[in-house]
Parts: sequence; C-alpha cells; structure tokens
Amino acid sequence: MNAPVLTPSIDPRDRGGPAQPLLSVSGLVKHFPVRKGLGGQKQVVRAVDGVDFETLKGETLGIVGESGCGKSTTAKLLMGLIERDSGEMLFDGEAVGSRALPWRAYRRQVQMVFQDSYASLNPRMTVEASIAFGPKVNGVPGRQAVERARGLLARVGLEPKRFAGRYPHELSGGQRQRVNIARALALEPRLVLLDEAVSALDKSVEAQVLNLLLDLKAEFGLTYIFISHDLNVVRFISDRVMVMYLGRVSEIGPSDAVLAEPAHPYTGALLHSMPSLDPDNRTQVALLAGDPPNPIDPPPGCRFNPRCKLAAPVCTQVEPPLDPVAPAHRAACLARQPGSGHPEAPAALAAA
Amino acid sequence: MTATKSDAMPDAPAVELGDLKVGFGKIRVVDGVDLTLERGQAMALIGESGSGKSVTLRAILRLFPEGRSRITGTLKVAGRDVLALSKRELADFRGRTVSMIFQEPLLAFDPVYTVGRQITEAIQRHEKVSASEARKRALALFERVRIPSPERRLDNYPHEMSGGMRQRAMIALALACRPQVLLADEPTTALDATVQIQILLLLRELQRDLGLSIILVTHDLGAAVEVADRISVMYAGHVVETGSAHQVVLDPHHPYTIGLLRSRAEGAMDKGARLQTIPGSPPDLANRPPGCPFAPRCFLAAERCRQEMPPVAEIAPGHRVACWRTEEAAAAFRAGESAREAVPA
Repeated sequence: MNAPVLTPSIDPRDRGGPAQPLLSVSGLVKHFPVRKGLGGQKQVVRAVDGVDFETLKGETLGIVGESGCGKSTTAKLLMGLIERDSGEMLFDGEAVGSRALPWRAYRRQVQMVFQDSYASLNPRMTVEASIAFGPKVNGVPGRQAVERARGLLARVGLEPKRFAGRYPHELSGGQRQRVNIARALALEPRLVLLDEAVSALDKSVEAQVLNLLLDLKAEFGLTYIFISHDLNVVRFISDRVMVMYLGRVSEIGPSDAVLAEPAHPYTGALLHSMPSLDPDNRTQVALLAGDPPNPIDPPPGCRFNPRCKLAAPVCTQVEPPLDPVAPAHRAACLARQPGSGHPEAPAALAAA
Repeated sequence: MTATKSDAMPDAPAVELGDLKVGFGKIRVVDGVDLTLERGQAMALIGESGSGKSVTLRAILRLFPEGRSRITGTLKVAGRDVLALSKRELADFRGRTVSMIFQEPLLAFDPVYTVGRQITEAIQRHEKVSASEARKRALALFERVRIPSPERRLDNYPHEMSGGMRQRAMIALALACRPQVLLADEPTTALDATVQIQILLLLRELQRDLGLSIILVTHDLGAAVEVADRISVMYAGHVVETGSAHQVVLDPHHPYTIGLLRSRAEGAMDKGARLQTIPGSPPDLANRPPGCPFAPRCFLAAERCRQEMPPVAEIAPGHRVACWRTEEAAAAFRAGESAREAVPA
C-alpha cells in the first residue's frame, strides 16, 4: 500500500519513467522581511527555511502542520506564485525555470486548488467561462475549450445544462469547489496542489469531494500534493505524509508509518490533539501547551525543543538533520538518531 | 448585590427551549426546537451550515434585530422568560446570566481598547465595584483561563495576542460577571489542532469547577464528544436527534446522524476505500418539502417520510429521535459497524 500507484506511463510528457520523482525539491527557502511598527527594526519571517522532499509519480503526498509552519508558503513556491529565495526544484528531472522547462510550460502541468472556493473564482465569469479560460489562453480553440469545460463539469458531478451558465455566487460551497477542481484539470495537469481544498466544506460535502478527488486521480493518472491541517483527512487520502514545523520538515514517510508510529515527538503531539470520537475515552491532557511559536525568531537547535517532552540540552545546540529511521521514513529528531548525543538516541550498532 | 442572582426559580433548568421558531423575512431558519439544558450540563449542537444551530444559540441572547426577525415559542433561561425581557432587563441579562464566545475572537473584541480594559468595563457595567477591584478580578480570570504572564497580557490589545490566547481572553471576558450559562459558537474552528484541544479541555474544566452550563455549537463531532454530556443534532431547523454523547455517537437512531458519523474520514479504514457520503445537499429553507426535511437525502426514506413530518420518539430515557424509521436506522448502523469490524485491519 505504501508503494505509489503504478500507472502505466502512457503519458507522452513522462520523461524519466515511473521511478523518477515527479517533483523533487531541495533547500527551498523563503523569508519575508517585516518591520515591527513605524521605524521599528527589520525582522525576517522564516516561512520556509530549507525544505527538501520528493513527490513520486502517481502518489498523494499529504502535508500537515499548524498555522505558521510554512505549508501554504511551500505550495505557493511550488506553484511559482511567489518567488523563492533559494533552492532547487526539479520537475520530472528538469529544473523548473530552466530553458528546457520554462515556468510557463511548468505551470501548464501543475495546477492548484485553494481553500476559499469563492475568492478563487472570477465573480463576473460563468463557471464554464472560468474553466475554459485556461485552455483558451494556452492556445486551445474557443469551441474546443468550451467543450472541454462542459465535459469536466459533467465529470465533477455538475450537470453542464444546469450549471455551465451560472456565476460563482449561484453555487454552494461544495459546488464551487467542484468547479475549482474542474478548472485545475482543464489544462490536463500532471500534478495538482490542493491547499486546504476541503477544509471549508461541511463534513458530508467534504466526503463527497474527497471521493471525487480519488476518482479523478485514478482516471487522469494525477499526482496530488494535499495540504491540510486535518490529520484524519490526510490519513485517508495520502500515500505519504510530510509533517512541517516552523518552516522545516520534521518528519516524512509512508502515511501508515508516520501516523501510526510517529518518529517525531511533534507528530505524536499532533496526533494526540485530534479529538477522540469515543465518549468513554475522552482526551485527558493536552500534550502541547501554548500556541505554535512565531517563525520570526525560531529557537536555536531543534525548532521544536521548547515544546518537546524529549528535549535534552543537545537539542538547543544542534539542528537535527532529516535522517532515516526506517526505509523511506525520515525524521528530524535527535532522539531517534544514533550518535547524536541525545540521551535517548538509539545505539549506533542497532541502527547499522 | 455582588453575587445575588435574580433567579425566579433556582431549580429550573439552565436553558429551556420549547417549540422555538426563528424566522427572517419569509424564511424560517429554526423550525420548532425543543431542548432542555440542565444546570451544570454541557450540550453540543451539531449540524452543517444552514442547519440553524448558530441561530438557535444566538436567539437565546436575543441577538437578532427585533424588526427583521421573529422569535416565537418558549425561551427560558434559569426559569426566566427571555422573550418577555425589556430592553433594559435584556442588557442586564446578557453577560450576567448568559454570555457567549465566538468563533473569531479578533472580531469579537474591540480593537482599540486593551483586553483588560474590556473585561473591567464588563464587570463594572454589571456590578458596583471599584476599578482596582475589577482589575484584580480580571487578573484572576486570566489566571483561571491560564494565560501566561497574565499581568502583562491584560494590557495587550487583541491584535497582540495569538489566536489561542485571544480565545482564552474571550472566555475570560465571557466569565467576567460569573454567568450561569456559557454559549460557545464554534469556539475552536479557527484554531490549530494542538490549540483546539487545549481550549476544549479548558471548557470542560470550567464546567466542572464553576458548575457552568455550556451550549457548544460546532460542526465537528470530535469537538462535541470531547466537551459535551449531551449532543443534539440539527438539520434544516429541526433537532433530529438528541441524547447523551454516548447514545448519539455509539447508538445513533437517525439516518442523518448515521450519515454524519459515516462520512468522517477516520471512519474509512482502508485507503482508497471510498467514504460513505450523504448524497445531495441540504434543502432550500424557503421551499421546504413536505414531510421529513431529510427524506430527499435519506437512505431509508419511504413514502410516508416524504408526506408526513415524523414525530419525536423517545428511544431510551433522554434519547429522542425525530424519524419514522428509527429501528431500521439503528439496525443499519449496527450492521455497518459489525461489517467494519469484520474487515481484517
């Protein structure tokens, strides 16, 4: 179940074969300068501060974390909506922004769905026009683009006859999000970024949209990066999960492993924070006190050390690398890394 | 009269709603709600957007403008008829007997005054105490809701606090005049998971320590289970099922409750296995279909459901369900649960 779904690569755009990651990101950094008050000192929000990961072909990579952890900034960087300060992005083996793969060509293959379904649609365009807009701009003849839009509307469960001529305000939240998904698919992308795409929906509608996403993925051979703060949803939809904390990756691995046996204490605390559904077994203590800290001044060493129950003196001095704890499962925690100097670290022999 | 409460009946339930109807223009958003909240109890109202849960809550404080809303039925808090209160009495009642916390504390606080000042203002509005006494009480409240370095935080403006801390401050403000009933409207929806659980535990603690009666409105079953003794499920302006948290979550008898429980992502054991959904969408409140409002989306709907409004049946003591086919629904739920258990993990 952990292996990515192997879709026969009939896609003519596929270059590296199924073993090559669709997107690999290394050393991604984005800092935002801020000024506190009038004439205050300049400070830097380290929104994304050295993020490395890969997205395999045909998988769903879930990204979880609290507000301020950089998950949405990461999505915007991947999409090129904001410019990265440094870092490398390879899409199917080609550097994004290089001559071989200019941004324009890259964006045709990568699309995004946002949380706010209303704000992300043009209120003055019918949904059909909104969906057909992308293909038209990219050279698809008008009639064909409209036809494609109608086909996609039908595919996402909105009958074109009833819905094509409607404006966004005439639709419910779930219907609008279906339109956004159809629009993202209009350019036949290979990678779809879903940034809290189901978070604003009611539970019963959320389930409908999640099912739709699963169906579309199978039908179009898509790869998803699914960003959410809801661990249950991420567990349901993702093959692999990446946990972020204060601009860095704290753990990444197969979702069954990460969410069943978390290697990083932060992942454990996140899991523990999910409300239980058993009235006889309610949560008794909150593992984490206080709010997620501000990414302006991350603590030295491991960023989680002030809130961590495993914290040792070494944690304030050494920034933990993202090292393997099991095959395909990596965690940035000194307590899990042999020879790190942490009192609870496993012996080097056992890991070797 | 520092701590005297103008209770007409000290033994009356904290909140009593009888056939409560709230309408705006031609649309009736709450359509006959009967609920009783005993003293010291915590109840959760759950439902989807448009189910009327927030409107029910706000009606208890009569927060809707008189001219544009119609409230009928019985609405009693601690034995007092809220609908009969004069403007003046209403102002005394709000905050003193019943107070409320909101989803977005940043919008609920006044941005141009410090949080401490807003709390002392509330205390002095309702009680004759000196400014220093009021501040002392505000400080005690901040300690009560566990805001770190409370002395300094009292002088913060709302924007200087983080989301979780603002919600704590909001709770402190709501408790400023020692109310008997706390109404919470989606208090944790805007918060991160790790902060949400802290606030939920705080609410539970306040209920226990202060004997507070709480009504929590939420769309999240998990949050409801964490806090509430009783859960009421609302759909299209009706309470379709009410009972102890145990009864509603583990032995639901209404198809809508069952649908809500099933559609949760953690219900699906296998990845790739499709989630069970409730088809369709909530009814248009301006054109209610006859019969049960849930019938068009219900997996058990029969001819009768589409024509006659189901009566409220008492399944077990305190467990009431508005459905014609409660037995079939409960059986379907049990069958689904045992099928799920039979699937090897």
